[in-house]
Amino acid sequence: MIGLEQVYWVAGAMFGGIAIRSWRDRSDRKRAGTAAFWALLAVSFAFGSRIGDLANGAIVLALVILGGTRAIGRGAPATTSARERGARAAARGNAIFAPALVIPLVAIVGTFALALPSWHGAPIVDPHETTLLSLALGVLVALGAAIAWLRPPLIAPLDEARRLADSIGWAVILPQLLAALGAVFAAAGVGGDVGRIATEWLPVETPFAAVATYCVGMALFTVVMGNAFAAFPVMTAAIGIPLIVTRFAGNPAVMGSIGMLAGFCGTLATPMAANFNIVPAALLELPDRNGVIRVQIPTAIAMLIGNVALMYWFVYRR
Amino acid sequence: MWPLAGIAVVVIGFAAGLNPLIVIVLAAAVTGTAAGIAPLHLLALLGRAYNDSRYVSIVWLVLPVIGLLEREGLQERARALVARARVVTAGRLLVLYLVVRQISAGLGLLSLFGHAQTVRPLIAPMAEGAAESRYGPLREDTRALVRAYAASADNVGAFFGEDIFVAVGSILLIRAFLRQNGIDVAPLALSLWAMPTAVLAFVVHGLRLWRLDAKLRRRAGGGPR
Repeated sequence: MIGLEQVYWVAGAMFGGIAIRSWRDRSDRKRAGTAAFWALLAVSFAFGSRIGDLANGAIVLALVILGGTRAIGRGAPATTSARERGARAAARGNAIFAPALVIPLVAIVGTFALALPSWHGAPIVDPHETTLLSLALGVLVALGAAIAWLRPPLIAPLDEARRLADSIGWAVILPQLLAALGAVFAAAGVGGDVGRIATEWLPVETPFAAVATYCVGMALFTVVMGNAFAAFPVMTAAIGIPLIVTRFAGNPAVMGSIGMLAGFCGTLATPMAANFNIVPAALLELPDRNGVIRVQIPTAIAMLIGNVALMYWFVYRR
Repeated sequence: MWPLAGIAVVVIGFAAGLNPLIVIVLAAAVTGTAAGIAPLHLLALLGRAYNDSRYVSIVWLVLPVIGLLEREGLQERARALVARARVVTAGRLLVLYLVVRQISAGLGLLSLFGHAQTVRPLIAPMAEGAAESRYGPLREDTRALVRAYAASADNVGAFFGEDIFVAVGSILLIRAFLRQNGIDVAPLALSLWAMPTAVLAFVVHGLRLWRLDAKLRRRAGGGPR
């Protein structure tokens, strides 16, 4: 069955190629570190499922040391100049958008169609992962179409990927690393401790105080953990169920739904939510790593107040 | 209570501007040690969780396609396209993207758009192009601001749209957790109650995106050319 593992192999091959090209790029004074970083990432993708937890842990540690101590540099892959790009954009017209649009198109169709084909009663494609698999398929189709149409030098897709990967740099592994920290926090029982503190120290004697504490707690806990999914079980067990639902007879569907959205306000405001806030700053080459968070904070505060109001309004209605 | 020291490490480390990778591993080490997890066991725990979450990095597969198209003038074309349409401003364009992102996420098509797939190659250059066609070349800090707003439109649209779809991860998590505690709720009820917040998010962030044009006008020191 085709599943995520096969997609990881493709990613491993891509990062492996980037590592080799980085190693051969003498314009990068830190090319050994750069190449090692991408090579470790390639190993993690291609062989991560087979080498065991401890070896994966060692890879994580090595990636963090390389990425965290400025040991990785930035290559200078051959690409086109701004003037050439302008000329090509004018010559090709809007057709240049077509390959970019192929990705979402294949992704939509694939999400519904990939689960259908089967061989002797067993699905060919993992039906639980059709969204991510369709995204990967869309990328491969778009890449094939772009190469066939644009006829770039054969190495160009790899070198262009390296150009972008180098501009993102160490932030490439940040989302996965934060997920790993979440697992350590969970194993150490951090969530339960925070929940205990919240309930022992905060006054929640009225229905409104319960709603406000629950929503603000969801947002703050999410700021710390970077993920509303980690905050939800803790805050809901500590305040949501015992107070809002049981003591004040609130509607659990309203509480759960708006409570999670209150957590998302925290996601907008924290560097811990790296794939939403820090990675885009790197991807868009912003000078300030927190540039995206800065423009989101007013919206996050307004939405938190709004969620408290909405929950208080709807949750106690019968 | 000592495992909470890891949270302090995170807060202080980020506030001090240390490299986030180092901060995270230090926080994991402090919390793990305080909770009595042996070092090798901790390393294995980190490795397993890191490995299990490789799926969040699948999005990097788009890099060769986006890079190749950029090489052939994708961003320049996106800029030129909006520069010719005078009704398109940076603010209006991002409001449109916000609503499209919210609706598509609400229909379950979350990975259709994203920072790597759409914001960097298309939306940010379009917003920059629209701003440039009105106010001339942008200062670097203004350009960064337009890009940051483009990223924010993607995030707000995704976060406050996705829960309208009944089969999204967060709805399944809410339902599963409530059921563990003996409370049964219908997924449809959960997605229904996500709608008021979705509308509010569109109003709040849409208004802020709309006002980006006025901000750009002030920075440019006057009206459109």
